[in-house]
Amino acid sequence: MASTIIARLPARLRDAALAALLALVLGIPFIGLQTLSTDQGLAIGTRWPWLLAAAAVIFAGRLLFAILADLLAERRRTARAGRSLVSEALAGRLTRGFGIGAALFALTLPFLPFSDRYVLDIGMTALIYILLGMGLNVTVGLAGLLDLGFVAFYAIGAYTFALLSKFFGFGFWLSLPLSGLVAASFGVLLSLPILRLRGDYLAIVTLGFGEITRIILLNWQSLTGGPNGVSGIPRPSLFGLSFDRRPPEGLGSFHEVTGIAFSGEHRLMFLYFVALGLVLVASWGVWRLRHLPIGRSWEALREDEIACRSLGINPTASKVSAYATGAFLGGLAGCFFAARQGFVSPESFTFIESALILAIVVLGGMGSQIGVVIAALFIVLLPEFARDFADYRMLIFGAAMILIMIWRPQGLLSNREPTLRLAGRSAAGDSAAKEATP
Amino acid sequence: MTAPLLEVSGLTMRFGGLVAVDGVGLTAQTGAITALIGPNGAGKTTIFNCLTGFYRPTAGRLLLRHPDQGEIELQRLPGYQVARHGVVRTFQNIRLFPRMTVLENLMVAQHVELMPKSGFSVAGLLGLAGWRAAENAAIDRARFWIERLDLTAVADEEAGNLSYGMQRRVEIARAMSTRPLLLCLDEPAAGLNPRETAALGQLLLGIRQEFGIGILLIEHDMSLIMGISDRIHVVEYGRKIAEGTPAEIRSDERVIKAYLGEPEEEEMPAEVAQDLAQDLSQETRP
Repeated sequence: MASTIIARLPARLRDAALAALLALVLGIPFIGLQTLSTDQGLAIGTRWPWLLAAAAVIFAGRLLFAILADLLAERRRTARAGRSLVSEALAGRLTRGFGIGAALFALTLPFLPFSDRYVLDIGMTALIYILLGMGLNVTVGLAGLLDLGFVAFYAIGAYTFALLSKFFGFGFWLSLPLSGLVAASFGVLLSLPILRLRGDYLAIVTLGFGEITRIILLNWQSLTGGPNGVSGIPRPSLFGLSFDRRPPEGLGSFHEVTGIAFSGEHRLMFLYFVALGLVLVASWGVWRLRHLPIGRSWEALREDEIACRSLGINPTASKVSAYATGAFLGGLAGCFFAARQGFVSPESFTFIESALILAIVVLGGMGSQIGVVIAALFIVLLPEFARDFADYRMLIFGAAMILIMIWRPQGLLSNREPTLRLAGRSAAGDSAAKEATP
Repeated sequence: MTAPLLEVSGLTMRFGGLVAVDGVGLTAQTGAITALIGPNGAGKTTIFNCLTGFYRPTAGRLLLRHPDQGEIELQRLPGYQVARHGVVRTFQNIRLFPRMTVLENLMVAQHVELMPKSGFSVAGLLGLAGWRAAENAAIDRARFWIERLDLTAVADEEAGNLSYGMQRRVEIARAMSTRPLLLCLDEPAAGLNPRETAALGQLLLGIRQEFGIGILLIEHDMSLIMGISDRIHVVEYGRKIAEGTPAEIRSDERVIKAYLGEPEEEEMPAEVAQDLAQDLSQETRP
């Protein structure tokens, strides 16, 4: 490995020297010469040491980058295709362990000493993105159907709750399944025209669907309030108990009934737990679906549609159900989003959201649920940690994403855990096997 | 002779101005191995594609005599429905689900049966006992075919990582997991070495014997065809030129002409002619 790097060294040195020479020449007017204001007016001074230093930096930098690139290429060549950092069995245990650990941490987060409004708020944002990521993961990760307009289902879920509460006074818990179902029906609607599309065309149509949804929300003033959005969306209640200091008519309030002193944070904690509950139920549901015929048919569809047809699987049904399931989860996330904000407007549902959710799925490793969790945390938390860098925040975010995709092009968790294994299952009796065959 | 399981008549497939298949008729019996042979480009795979619902034939009738459901005209079914009625195929260029394990491939094959048993996922989501029993039965059937095709050691490996010969076997196991009436194999011996080909022949004979299903086979390997087929249909330029037992086909002048060319027009190098003649006459059946 080292030998090839050394063998290439003369060429790299030459290349770096050339770059330095070029910098030297270009640098003469830019760095080497300098105007000085003296008593007699402007004079030209020189900064030759600076110029030399700049050339030296460029020489070293160019050399370093070239060697790094060589090292990376070499590593990729020597690494076997598909090999991961750790053994498959260990990876499986690690991800499971991480999943349980993350769930426990999430459950105790509101009670931890450093937890405050800010932490809970970020936590909720992360949970919403995890939920969205899980939804899109069904469509893109499992069924292999690209969707660049996933934000539409998020928006439809949010507006369903907002409008149901505005016009019919529906509460959160009743609206939650309805939002999911409405979004799922739009998922079916979207899936019908794109059954025969693939690749670029699929990307364009789904992208268009996302934008159309947003533009309709923006322009249908009489229904959606247009750019003003819908406000006054009710908060979720706990078995009819409100978390407000003065509960609305007809509702008891949490602090009065339980006798716990009123605190504005209780409402946040409750919302946080609602989001966490949604995520836990959703991840359980998706995990179960993956192990059912429907989930296997999604993955089979991703792998080879023609082979699916040859086995009697209706690809249309698989596609429609994959879009509908993904959209359902997107709708739930939207409903929760509306409840948390108390206000929705088309501004929250721009293309960048679709891109972020897709980034979560791709970054996490297509199809991996734990991967979605890690990637969502990454995508939500990184911009927060980078707040100190102010304007450079998104730049750092983008650079980090690029680096991760170079480091792990298959996503953070690219190991696919089989849905079932033959090894370790007790062999059925011969009679059962005979019965099972034609 | 009982009425054939599959009766194809007047099958024509036209792509624009090109007539790929022109009025072909053929039959396949239950419990028999029927071979479809012909030079490259003769239209064999097109016939398969029509038969298994991948093409809608321009004209013709594909009649399947289903023991439970009566007579079914396959050309009228939506493509994916053909497999549900027991006509299941494999592909010339293997089409597995490469990133799923062998066992999962075989479970996907049982999707049509399992989907209703999972209560269209409702019973499955709740983990009801009825669903668990159905799933176990499906796993047992998959295990049977995994063991039968000697894939036990790689049952939990991703199918895409297996060797070519193993992938061919997985494809047959997957097709058999659907419990077909007629198993259609498109060049199953392509890319196999002579030993693997001989084993494949034994396997197909065993399947025919044990399960009494029909097997329809496209193949170029003459030793395999002549060794295991009960009946052979020969197509050339989209038309059927001969039909008969291996012995009849071997001595059929039109077939020899189709494969070897006309001796008057073209002088074939002696060793090539000898090889072909040897291939045609070779017997592998014990």
